[in-house]
Parts: sequence; C-alpha cells; structure tokens
Amino acid sequence: MRLSVLDHGHSLRAKALMALIRLVSRHRVVDAVKLALYRPDFYFGGRVTQEAMRGPSEWSVADRELMAAVISTANQTPFCIMAHSATSAIAYRDHAKVSATLADLDTAPVDEPLRATLRILTKLARENSLDADDMRMALSAGASSEKIKDALAVSFAFNVTDRLADAFGFAVDDPDAIKSGARFLLSRGYG
Amino acid sequence: MSDISFLHRALVARVLEGDGRASQSMRRSAYDNAGLDDPVRTLIEKVALHANTVTDADIAAVREMGLSEEQIFEMVVCAAIGQATRQYDRALGALEAAMGER
Repeated sequence: MRLSVLDHGHSLRAKALMALIRLVSRHRVVDAVKLALYRPDFYFGGRVTQEAMRGPSEWSVADRELMAAVISTANQTPFCIMAHSATSAIAYRDHAKVSATLADLDTAPVDEPLRATLRILTKLARENSLDADDMRMALSAGASSEKIKDALAVSFAFNVTDRLADAFGFAVDDPDAIKSGARFLLSRGYG
Repeated sequence: MSDISFLHRALVARVLEGDGRASQSMRRSAYDNAGLDDPVRTLIEKVALHANTVTDADIAAVREMGLSEEQIFEMVVCAAIGQATRQYDRALGALEAAMGER
C-alpha cells in the first residue's frame, strides 16, 4: 500500500490478530483488513458498513453485495469489484447472474426493482448526485422508499471504501484469497 | 430497514472533531474538498472526485512537504467520507422530493 503505516503501523494487538489470520487462512492479510485494524479509534467505517450490508433490510445479503460490486464497478475500484462480486456470487449461488449484471445492467437477470436501484447507484457513483426524476424512475419500477434508503446506505459505505481502496492502493489478491475473504464476509460480516 | 444515521453522524464527528495528528481545520478542509493548497489540494481533489487516478507521486508529494503518514491517512479518510456524505445527502434529498410529490 502507498502508506507504510497501513502495512506496519498497527498496534501490538492488531499485529497479533493479523498473525493469527495468516496462520488460519493460509493467505496474506488482505489490505481491507489491514485498513480496518489500523487506528479503529479514528476510522470505524466497518461499523457503518456492517449495518448497511447485514442490518435489517428487504434486500437480501446477496443483493446488497451485488450493489457493492456495481458501485465499485462505477468507481473503477478493482479490489472491491473482485471482493464483492465473489461474495455476491457465493451468496446467490449464481456466479453467472453476477457476471451478467456487471457486464450489462440492461439485460441482467435481476428483477426490475433491483435493476432500477442498481441504475441509480451507478449514476450516483459516477455523477455524484441524483434528482427527483431518477428517484421517480426507481419508485415506479417497484423499489419502495425504504428499499431505496437501504440501497443508499450501501452506497455511502462503498463510496467511502472504494475511495480509500483506490487512494491507499489496495492490492488485488489471487482468486483463492478472494474466495476465502468472501466466505469470511458472509460468515462474520464487517463489524 | 437498516439505519446508518447514528453511526454516520458518529463517524463524521469522530474524524472531524476527535483527536487526530492532523489539525481539525486541515481535516475539515479535506472533508469539504476546499481551501487547500497544492500538493495537498491535488491529492484530496482526486480522492473526492477521481480516486482511481491517485498515484504514488501524489502521496509522495504530500509526504515531501512535511505531512506524516498518519496525517495523510486522516486527510484521505476525511476526503472520502466528505464526498460520500455529499452524495448520500443529495440522494436522500432527491428521494424526499420525489416522495413529496406522491
């Protein structure tokens, strides 16, 4: 990573935890985990992400992981695209659905409320704003205001995380490590 | 539905007003993406608007002007949270406007 403190500046407790992770997972500690364990008293974004991704919602965990992958695609953040497309694919038990959605949202095999919601999340990431017409489109496609608010919470979490991943230069891990990380996110979450 | 409002407010308050290695005014400027001079301005503007274009040289330039890595970390975090918050607030405002017409 671009800041050496994110690789080597952790507390002794965090260093011990990372050693344990390396031992148990048999993979290097991914950069997202290094960030989460570096000065959590200052930056505790994982708690916001946990609520957005695993808190109560009419969206499934798989849907929200797909949103994270779509937002990260709009932000062109390789680490998060790989991590969350893998997590969504495992949660859906459908890799083809995730790949097709990231390739072409217009023809993706998803229902219309989710398609419309993914459209506004993409526009928000790319253009930094939305207007009432955008929201009317999503509402008329069947997404309730509660579901849109839940999707915007996912959007906040990943519009922060993607920026940090890009700015700090997160490395994209090998496929086995990505799958291992995806299974961890599904079993343990973000908090 | 999920509710990030409390955690979001706490996160923003912590990074802007809590203890840090960068001054509160520097963190606020990074959060607002405003009032900064180069090379910090270039780095923070990239984080806010085109984070995938940040380079090693952008970080090195800020380090060379005397900012510590801890300070750079805090400024980048504030810039990311600031821009994501502006996106989030604008989107919620658009939803409120659309719902108000129903």
